[in-house]
Amino acid sequence: MNICYKRIIYGALLLALFALILTPGIVPGTDAGFAMAADEVQVADIAADATVADAIATDATVAPAYPPAPKLTAADYPTIKGINSRIVVWIVAQLHLWFAAFVLAVPIFVFIIECIGMKTRDQRYDNMAHEFIKVSITAYSLTAILGGLLVFSLVLFYPDVFRYMSTIFKESMFAYALLFFAESAVLYIYYYGWDWLQGGNKKWVHLTLGLLLNAVGTMLMFQANAWVTFTMSPAAVDAAGVFNGDVWAAIHNFLWNPINIHRVVANVAYGGSVVGAYAAFKFLSAPNKEARAHYDWVGYNANFIAICALLPLPFAGYYLTAEIYAYSQQMGITLMGGVFAWLFIIQAVLIGTLFLSANYYLWCGMGRSDGANRYYPYLKYLAIVIVGAFLVWFTPHTLVLTNGELKSLGGPYHEYLGKFGIMPAKNTAVNIMILFTALSFVFYRRCNKISTVSWAPAGNAAVVALFVAGIINILILGVYYGYFTNTVYKVAASIPQVLTTLVIIVTALTLDSFMYKGAKEVAPLHWGRVSNRSQYALFLLAVAFTWLMGLMGYIRSGIRQHWHVSGIFRDASVDAYTPDLSFAANTVSVATILFMAMVIFVFWLAALSTRKTDASKYWMGQKS
Amino acid sequence: MKNFLQVVTFSLLVIASFAAYASFGIPRIKPAPPPVEEKLDLGAMTMDQFIAVGEKVFNGKGTCTLCHNSMGRAPMLDKVVSISDSRMKDARYKGEATSIVEYIRESMVKPSAFVVAGFGKAGSNDSESPMPDVSGGGIGMSEAEVLAVIAYLQDLGGVEVTVEIPTDVPEESSDDEEGDGEARAPYESAEAIIEELTCGMCHMIGEEEGEMGPDLRTIGALRDKDYLRRAIIDPNAEIAEGFDADMMPDTLGDDLSAKEMEMLVDYLAGLK
Repeated sequence: MNICYKRIIYGALLLALFALILTPGIVPGTDAGFAMAADEVQVADIAADATVADAIATDATVAPAYPPAPKLTAADYPTIKGINSRIVVWIVAQLHLWFAAFVLAVPIFVFIIECIGMKTRDQRYDNMAHEFIKVSITAYSLTAILGGLLVFSLVLFYPDVFRYMSTIFKESMFAYALLFFAESAVLYIYYYGWDWLQGGNKKWVHLTLGLLLNAVGTMLMFQANAWVTFTMSPAAVDAAGVFNGDVWAAIHNFLWNPINIHRVVANVAYGGSVVGAYAAFKFLSAPNKEARAHYDWVGYNANFIAICALLPLPFAGYYLTAEIYAYSQQMGITLMGGVFAWLFIIQAVLIGTLFLSANYYLWCGMGRSDGANRYYPYLKYLAIVIVGAFLVWFTPHTLVLTNGELKSLGGPYHEYLGKFGIMPAKNTAVNIMILFTALSFVFYRRCNKISTVSWAPAGNAAVVALFVAGIINILILGVYYGYFTNTVYKVAASIPQVLTTLVIIVTALTLDSFMYKGAKEVAPLHWGRVSNRSQYALFLLAVAFTWLMGLMGYIRSGIRQHWHVSGIFRDASVDAYTPDLSFAANTVSVATILFMAMVIFVFWLAALSTRKTDASKYWMGQKS
Repeated sequence: MKNFLQVVTFSLLVIASFAAYASFGIPRIKPAPPPVEEKLDLGAMTMDQFIAVGEKVFNGKGTCTLCHNSMGRAPMLDKVVSISDSRMKDARYKGEATSIVEYIRESMVKPSAFVVAGFGKAGSNDSESPMPDVSGGGIGMSEAEVLAVIAYLQDLGGVEVTVEIPTDVPEESSDDEEGDGEARAPYESAEAIIEELTCGMCHMIGEEEGEMGPDLRTIGALRDKDYLRRAIIDPNAEIAEGFDADMMPDTLGDDLSAKEMEMLVDYLAGLK
C-alpha cells in the first residue's frame, strides 16, 4: 500500500482513538465518575438543609436528585405580541441546521480533495479545496450566530423545556461549548495556514489539521443530535421524566446512531449540492474561457460528491425509519401513516427531482467529450426508466376523495395504480432509480476513453450480466415478496434489495476502474464545453435538497406530536398540534428563501475578498 | 446582474412549485389536535355504555388498532378472553394474574408478562413485548379506561362481562380527540348527529337520498342495536351485500361520546 494512504489511515485511527478517549472525559457520567458527581451535588444540598439531612439520616429513602418533567399549562409559555414563538424557533432552528450541515460537510470533502491533490500532485485540487473552505468560513460565522439565536429563542419562548433539557444535558452542553472553541481554532488555523503549510511535512501537518477539524466537527454534531433524539426516544429517564443521572445513556438513546449516520451522509450530499450551486453561478458569470473551464470542473466535482452521498442516502433513511419502528411501533406508524403518509409523496417528488437533475447534469456533461456519441443512444432508455421509477415512487396508495369521486372510482384505491402505492413497489422503484443513476455515471466515466485491457469484452459482459441479474433479483424480491406473501416478508425483502443494489454498484465500479486503468483517451474532456442549461440542474439540486431537508425536519419533529419529549413531557402551548402539510411547506419555503439570501451573502463575501481597488494616491508617500 | 436575477428567479420558481404542490397537489388533511379532557360520568353509566367507552378507547385514544389488526403487527384480540387461561398456565408466563380480567389488565400495563410467539421485540426471543404500557407515556389511559377496554374485549369475545364499572374513582376523566383543541358542544339529537356527520351523503335516511351505502330508512327492522353500534364504530366489520369495504370512514366512533353513540343507535333501531 502506498505510504500516503498508510499515513492517512494511521492518522484517522489515532484521531478516532482520541475521540473515544475524549468523549468520556468531557462528558461526565459515561463512567462511575458522574455517579459520584451526582452524589456530591446531593450531599451538598443535604448539608445546606439540616432538616432534610436529619430526615434522610432517619429514612433510607433518598429524595431524587432530579425533578420530573414539568406539567405545563399554556400560561407557562412566554409570548410576545405579534410573534408566533413556534414559527420563530422552527425557522431559526432550520436555518441553523442548514448552515451547520453545510459547514460540517465542506471540511469532509475538502479533506478528501486535499488528499487527492496531495496524491496526484495536481494543484488544481488543492486550489479547489482551498476555495471550498473559504466559502464555508463565512458560513461558519453565520452558523454560530444562528445557533446563539436558537438558544435565545428557546430560552425566551420555551424556558421550561430548555431548563429540563439543560438539567439532563448540562455536562454535554458545556462540552459542546468547549468543542465549539476547538472547532473554531482548528478551522481558522486550517484555513489561514493553507498557504503557509504547503509542501513536504508541512502539508502533512495541514492534512492532519483537516482530519482533526472533521473529528471535532463530527463530535459537535453528534452532541447536538443526542439532544434532538432524546426528545424522540428519551432514555435514562423514568415515566415521569425523572433523570437517573446517567448522561451517557441519555446521549446514547435509541435513535442517536441512526440519526448520526443519516445526517453525516445527508450533510455530505447537501454540502456538495450547495458548493455545486456556487460553482454553477461562477460558471455563468465567468469573465473568460479559463474561468468557465475551471468552474465547470469545480461544479462537476461538487456534483460528483453530492451524487456519491446521495446514492446511499435512501438506505440511511430506511435504516432510520426501521429503527424508529423498532423503538416504537406507534411512532413508526405515525411516521408512515395518516397525515404524514402524504409527506412521503412530496418527499418522493423531491428525491425524484434530485435524481433527475443529477442525471441530467451528467448527461449534459457528456458533451464535454466527443467520445460520448457512443453512449447517446442509450440515454433515452436511462431517462425512461428513471422517470418511470420516479412515477411509481410518488404514486399514493389510498386517495382522499370526495364522495362523488369515491363513487366513480369505486373505492379509495385505484384498481391498477393503487398497486404501485405500497412500499414494495416504491422500494423496487428506488433501487432501480439508484442503479440507473450509477449506470449514467459509468457511461460518463467511459465517454472519453477506450479500455485497453485484453479482457475488456469479458469485463463489459460481466457488468451487463451483473446489472441484468441484479435488476431481475430486485424485481422478484419486490413483486413476489411484496404482493404474494404476508406483511413480514414485504418489509424484510427490502434488505436483500438494498444489498443487491450496493453489490452491483460496488462490483461494477470496481470492475470498471480495473478495466479503464491506463485506458486510452480517445476524445479529451473539454472543460467549459457544457450548456448554461446544465448549470441550472445544479441550482435545482441545491434548492430541492434545501427544501427537502426542511420538510424532513418537520416530520422528524412532527412525529413527537403533542410532546416536547415523547411520552414524558407534554407540550401544553397553544401550538401543541401538528401543523398541516401545506402550512409546513409554506414555512419551509420561507425559510429556504431566507437561507438562499444568506448563502448569496456568503458567496458575495467570499468573492469580495479577492477584489482590490487601486488607492495608491490616497496614501501618503505613494504615487500612482 | 442578469445571471444573478435569472438564477434567483429560477430558484424562487422551484420553491414556489414545491410549495404549490404541497398545498394543492395533495389532499389537505388537518392533523388531529392533541387530546383534551372529557369528563366520564361513570355513576350514570350502563354496562353497554361502558363497553362502548371501551370500544371507543380501543379504536381511538388507545391506538390499539394501529398494531392489533389484520396486518399482522400484533396478535388479534377478538379471542383473547377465551385463551387467557391457557396463557396464564404457559411456562413462559411471567405475570401474577389469576383471572381473565387481571390477565388482560396485566397485558395492557405490563405487556412483557407474556409475549405471544413471534410478536416479541427483535432479538428478544419473544421475552420482551414491543407494546408500550398503555397507562403511561403517549397513550396515558386512565384506570377506568383500562377497565372499559377489558369490558369491551370480553364483550367482543362473546363471554360474560365480569368487569365492574368503577365507582370509587372520584373524578374520572378521559382524553379524547376533539376539534381545534376545544371541546365541542354535545349533540342534542340523533338528527343533529346525522346532519353534522353528513350520513345522508351516502345513505338514504330522512329526506336524503345517498346511494353509496345501505338504505337506513327501515334499518331498525333489519338490524339490532349491537349490529348498528358495531357498524358505526367499525364499518368494515361486516359489509352489507352489494356494497364495498373501506367506503365509510371508521372514525365516527371517535367523534361521538358514549351518550351520543347510544342516542344515534337508539334512533336508528327505531327506524322501522
